[in-house]
Amino acid sequence: MSIRIYVPRDSAALAVGADEVAAAIVAEGARAGHDIELVRNGSRGLFWLEPMVEVLTDAGRVAYGPVEVEDVAGLFAASFQTGGAHALKQGLTDDIPYLRKQERLTFARMGLTDPLSLADYQAHDGYAGLRRALQLPAAAVVQEVLDAGLRGRGGAAFPAGIKWKTVAALEASQKYVVCNADEGDSGTYSDRMTMEGDPFMLIEGMTIAAMATGATEGYVYIRSEYPHAIATMTQAVILAGAAGFLGNDVLGSGRAFNLHIRKAAGSYVCGEETAMLESLEGKRGIVRAKPPIPAISGLFGKPSVINNVITFASVPIILTRGADFYRNYGVGRSRGTLPIQLAGNLKYGGLVEKAFGITLRELLYDFGGGSASGRPIKAVQVGGPLGAYVPESQWDIPLDYEAYAAVGAVVGHGGIVAHDDTADMAQLARYAMEFCAIESCGKCTPCRIGSTRGVEVIDSIVNGENRPQQVQLLRSLCDTMVNGSLCAMGGMTPFPVLSALDHYPQDFGITVPQLLTA
Amino acid sequence: MLEHLKQIDYGTPRRESAQEVTLEIDGETVTVAAGTSLMRAAADAGVNIPKLCATDSLEPFGSCRLCLVEIDGRKGFPSSCTTPAEAGMKVRTQTPRLQELRKGVMELYISDHPLDCLTCSANGDCELQDMAGVTGLRNVRYGFDGANHLKAKKDESNPYFTYDPAKCIVCSRCVRACEETQGTFALTISGRGFESRVSAGQDQAFMDSECVSCGACVQACPTATLQEKTVIMIGQAEHSAITTCAYCGVGCAFKAEMKGNQVVRMVPWKDGKANEGHSCVKGRFAWGYATHKDRITKPMIRKNISDPWQEVSWDEAVNYAASEFRRIQAKHGKDSIGGITSSRCTNEETYLVQKLVRAAFGNNNVDTCARVCHSPTGYGLGQTYGTSAGTQTFKSVEKADVIMIIGANPTDGHPVFASRMKKRLREGARLIVVDPRRIDIVKSPHIQADYHLQLRPGTNVALISSLAHVVVTEGLLADEYIAERCEEKSFLEWRDFVARPENSPEAMELVTGVPAADVRGAARLYAVGVSSGPATGVRSNGAIYYGLGVTEHAQGSTMVMGIANLAMATGNVGREGVGVNPLRGQNNVQGACDMGSFPHELPGYRHISDSTVRSEFESAWGVTLNAEPGLRIPNMFDAAVSGSFLGLYCQGEDIVQSDPDTQHVAKSLMAMECIVVQDIFLNETAKYAHVFLPGSSFLEKDGTFTNAERRISRVRKVMPPMAGLADWEATVKLSNALGYPMKYAHPREIMAEIASLTPTFRGVTYEKIDKFGSVQWPCNEDTAEAGTETMHIDQFVRGKGRFIITQYVASEEKVTRKFPLILTTGRILSQYNVGAQTRRTENVQWHSEDRLEIHPHDAQERGINDGDWVGIHSRAGDTVLRAQVTERMQPGVVYTTFHFPESGANVITTDSSDWATNCPEYKVTAVQVMPVAQPSEWQKSYSRFNDEQLELLKSASTPKPVLEISAAK
Repeated sequence: MSIRIYVPRDSAALAVGADEVAAAIVAEGARAGHDIELVRNGSRGLFWLEPMVEVLTDAGRVAYGPVEVEDVAGLFAASFQTGGAHALKQGLTDDIPYLRKQERLTFARMGLTDPLSLADYQAHDGYAGLRRALQLPAAAVVQEVLDAGLRGRGGAAFPAGIKWKTVAALEASQKYVVCNADEGDSGTYSDRMTMEGDPFMLIEGMTIAAMATGATEGYVYIRSEYPHAIATMTQAVILAGAAGFLGNDVLGSGRAFNLHIRKAAGSYVCGEETAMLESLEGKRGIVRAKPPIPAISGLFGKPSVINNVITFASVPIILTRGADFYRNYGVGRSRGTLPIQLAGNLKYGGLVEKAFGITLRELLYDFGGGSASGRPIKAVQVGGPLGAYVPESQWDIPLDYEAYAAVGAVVGHGGIVAHDDTADMAQLARYAMEFCAIESCGKCTPCRIGSTRGVEVIDSIVNGENRPQQVQLLRSLCDTMVNGSLCAMGGMTPFPVLSALDHYPQDFGITVPQLLTA
Repeated sequence: MLEHLKQIDYGTPRRESAQEVTLEIDGETVTVAAGTSLMRAAADAGVNIPKLCATDSLEPFGSCRLCLVEIDGRKGFPSSCTTPAEAGMKVRTQTPRLQELRKGVMELYISDHPLDCLTCSANGDCELQDMAGVTGLRNVRYGFDGANHLKAKKDESNPYFTYDPAKCIVCSRCVRACEETQGTFALTISGRGFESRVSAGQDQAFMDSECVSCGACVQACPTATLQEKTVIMIGQAEHSAITTCAYCGVGCAFKAEMKGNQVVRMVPWKDGKANEGHSCVKGRFAWGYATHKDRITKPMIRKNISDPWQEVSWDEAVNYAASEFRRIQAKHGKDSIGGITSSRCTNEETYLVQKLVRAAFGNNNVDTCARVCHSPTGYGLGQTYGTSAGTQTFKSVEKADVIMIIGANPTDGHPVFASRMKKRLREGARLIVVDPRRIDIVKSPHIQADYHLQLRPGTNVALISSLAHVVVTEGLLADEYIAERCEEKSFLEWRDFVARPENSPEAMELVTGVPAADVRGAARLYAVGVSSGPATGVRSNGAIYYGLGVTEHAQGSTMVMGIANLAMATGNVGREGVGVNPLRGQNNVQGACDMGSFPHELPGYRHISDSTVRSEFESAWGVTLNAEPGLRIPNMFDAAVSGSFLGLYCQGEDIVQSDPDTQHVAKSLMAMECIVVQDIFLNETAKYAHVFLPGSSFLEKDGTFTNAERRISRVRKVMPPMAGLADWEATVKLSNALGYPMKYAHPREIMAEIASLTPTFRGVTYEKIDKFGSVQWPCNEDTAEAGTETMHIDQFVRGKGRFIITQYVASEEKVTRKFPLILTTGRILSQYNVGAQTRRTENVQWHSEDRLEIHPHDAQERGINDGDWVGIHSRAGDTVLRAQVTERMQPGVVYTTFHFPESGANVITTDSSDWATNCPEYKVTAVQVMPVAQPSEWQKSYSRFNDEQLELLKSASTPKPVLEISAAK
């Protein structure tokens, strides 16, 4: 009887030595005469435990972590292969509170399966959504996505079903489905985990989109800094094609969908959908003015469904379980769940999938365990580098697109980066401008020049040069950028800047009375 | 004072739509075509929304963020250039909030821009300056100590314009103009964010990049970043006039921007219908020749060509010429002299020269340089359709679905039209290229020909017949069209002829060298287009454009008729998007032909033997005309050699350099007793002349040119003639001296005479041209006021279209063991024709010598490396050029240009010519090519002769007694 041992292949695990641990387990197992079946699964998303090794026991999967190569001999000595006690033992994986408290719909399979096993995927409900979609009229599939209330998870939160409906209604010689996998927000990794840990889910979601809209060609535009995701997706597309899930006759339906993997150009702006289209077309990645919207004139000027990885990945379960099942999660107009990514100065960084409505405080403390440094958490940036810094006074607002917008914050792609009280918010504000200066595509003036001026003005403020006037200038600049920029890059860079200025004026050397006069 | 520089810029291109939308802008109701931008709709309503990155020649881009507006019911501030007008919209273009945002953007611009407006070359003609004014910017709160580009280095590599990155506002107008307008894609933005700057090629200097110096970027630049060096040097112009370019047959309209009599710059005119605001390196920049030191500005005479030239007054020169002509006629008969009109001069001048020959010389010995380029077009299209001209406007290409280019190299020869064509190709039109060389348009950025039929030179007719064979035998004929519009008998004969097995692509493959499958594919593509077959009855638009690669052959006329047949057989004549379009070489070659320059035709292509027509001219001109056609150019040469032709009046044409078999031409000129050359330079022909009449450039006279679209446009005098007389005035003077009085106060009166005598010109007047910008003949009481855009709309000019059998006959120029290669000739973008103008400009930086292009295989076989000197030998002569080894050529074929006289390209070309029109077979000469160490014998003797002649010119200004000359009287 072989022993099945899981060692994740996710980049986060690899970064802390998962390959070496896997090799050590194989070697040590062989030395000890064990028949070991090593599975390189996706990550469960409990990053402080990575590399988190699981063994399949009669009671279920038992987790050990974080495992280092030096621990391997000891684990065998402790009979970890049968769930033996060890200092690193975390108990049954499913009982780890961090996981147990989650509502994993999209990430249900994450870490459970071998990412490149189609059999494993199907054994865990994979391709049930596509099979159902193929039995429905295309319009009914679109309706299902509409009814589920699925909104774009890339950050803009535009209802996916409306995009699909627009594309489906157009007559065109060619339509495309494009997945934006240029995941560049700081502190985010749910796209990467999906592509590395459950790639067929993304492929299935895109295939459903293709069937619903009449597209026959698809592209996944993957961040160039994600070599493992690119490799896994490339392999998954080949496997799916060989098994008839992609190609000219998807599952015998007589309908075609060919999927291509493209490596991105290494630019943050290429995560903006129109810049991504330019890049996919082989051009310099700059933002296009809208209209026309990409649904009408997208890739190569053809109607295109463009969604983020998590948006597409959320589709199979909607088709499998029905729109009502999905929309019963969430609050307000934010329906379903969001894979939230905890990062920064937190004790327990990792992936938390919860229905919309959870509060930041719950995420920071109930899941994140407070700061890693043990100092008080001072500010939290939600929604990537363009997201506002959320002060403690707003940590009880439910995570909901509209509720966040009401206080000038954004949910974005669900990335959460925490800072403790040593953070200098003026420097973080400066960093926001600097990031924009580095990553701006250079097309529109407010972003191209404004970001550089932003850095300079913040420096003046910090240096106390003519501070009241400079603060006023910074606000004026932010107004120009917010209202004048062509895309969200320049348009949202002021969010972290102004939130830092508004909530932490003392970090800019501003006393409160000064702020009021500014 | 600088108002003349400004033209209304609507910000975004005009949209055509049957649907209209009505909206409200600043409270005014505006109705525009659907798809029109808010910016353009506002401009229609008289509201100019601030803008920098938008200009109406380019698609909207939305980067400058000055044109933001507010729309009721919409969030934010959308850019008006990228937002289409929608019915019922309520738009506000000016509010305090918008002003605040615009000012904020403007402040950012100026925080990285030099504050040197007063000393800036664009002062007064700068959109950034205008916008700073409009936005009310009074203060840059950021100061000027921040990051900036003020120390960025200028790129002055291009001889005509400077790129100053310090002044760049990164609006991308230049980049977009290079892409959208010109289609070269030489420019991009390099770097990102604040580091973004315009870059030629990959951060190269402009001259090292793929830039073709068309000037579109300079034109599009709103600041001084891309600026003409002339403007930097001498400042803005104070007045301007619209005129027509004197280079190729595209006939671009230009605004000549002037400071007194000095040209500051030539700017393509937006409203010019031939070019719609675009230009090429020649018309835009290469006009410096007009004031070059080599210009000859005094009349000169000499008895023998070995005598020094002597400067004389106009009267002396003209009287001497007249007396010599009369002396020769008295001695050798009326027909012993003749004249050659020029395709570079105006219609009015050409008309006068042929009138002088017919009325004052009293014979029909008049011909024109079209003899050596497009005479087969006149003949072939006349025979089949009934008129000697292209069928379309250039704009028609915007509606073509399949474009077939035969024997033309538009990106080099007709660059501005090529840009319009490439724009259509990028929109998805399909392309077939028939050419022995892999010319640029076969594969260039975003363009790839579906078929390149790389035939052997001299096998055009074999190819066109096999294309027709496919159309006929595969059931691709436009049966209804043919039945309705073409002669049945000639069609049936033609159909049976081309259907013969010997005309099949498979049989002709041996002759043409083109794979039969490609010929079949191309024929199908041209005949039925892309999406729909003949079964649906819907054909796409197939348009043929051709050049001298068609006409300059022994079967040139046959090929023109073959093209005409194919277009009729597929129903591709008589509407927009289709047609048979000769690309004319010189600015007024169409006009010169129209004006009765051929020995057998009076103006309007009416045969001299037609007594009704002749009598009209006789009564108008008060003379009796000879009913017999006169001598063609080659006949003149032959007659000169045999002693019966001794006097020639040659206006603006360099027959020694441009006509084939140079040594024969030189021999015939040396046999003549009085050659009068009228030119702006001492050209090659003038070196054999006895009287030199200094010509006037196109900047120095009034008149009209007619381009390849039959478009008659005004040439306007912007400076006085350097020699005191415009060319037409010199002809008038000569005629008067000959005793045939001509009285015209202005070319307008000459045009009035032309109109009164020529039915197709009946409605043409200067007033009308001024009103419409240009008119297209036929223009008379039966046409629209501005004339005819598309010919043969409901029926052919001759009535029913006539098919003509095109039997392929191999050229007598065949490869042999002695001459195993075929030489074909052509031209290059930067140089024009014999180069007399462009060689006297900085254009030589792009092309300073003619080279022989040869395939690597042929080169290797002969031990020739790139850059080696090689001798080229034909049965006519020898010359030596440097080799350029290139795979553009097919093995067995070599190629050169004829822009430099010392190259002697026409020393090689032979007397072989078109059977119908004597158009020389420049495109096919059997040659051998071998490495050599020294120039050819001809080149040595040319060099000696040239040195002598230049020496004789030097002594011209030295006063000398005119005894010898007087004695000659």
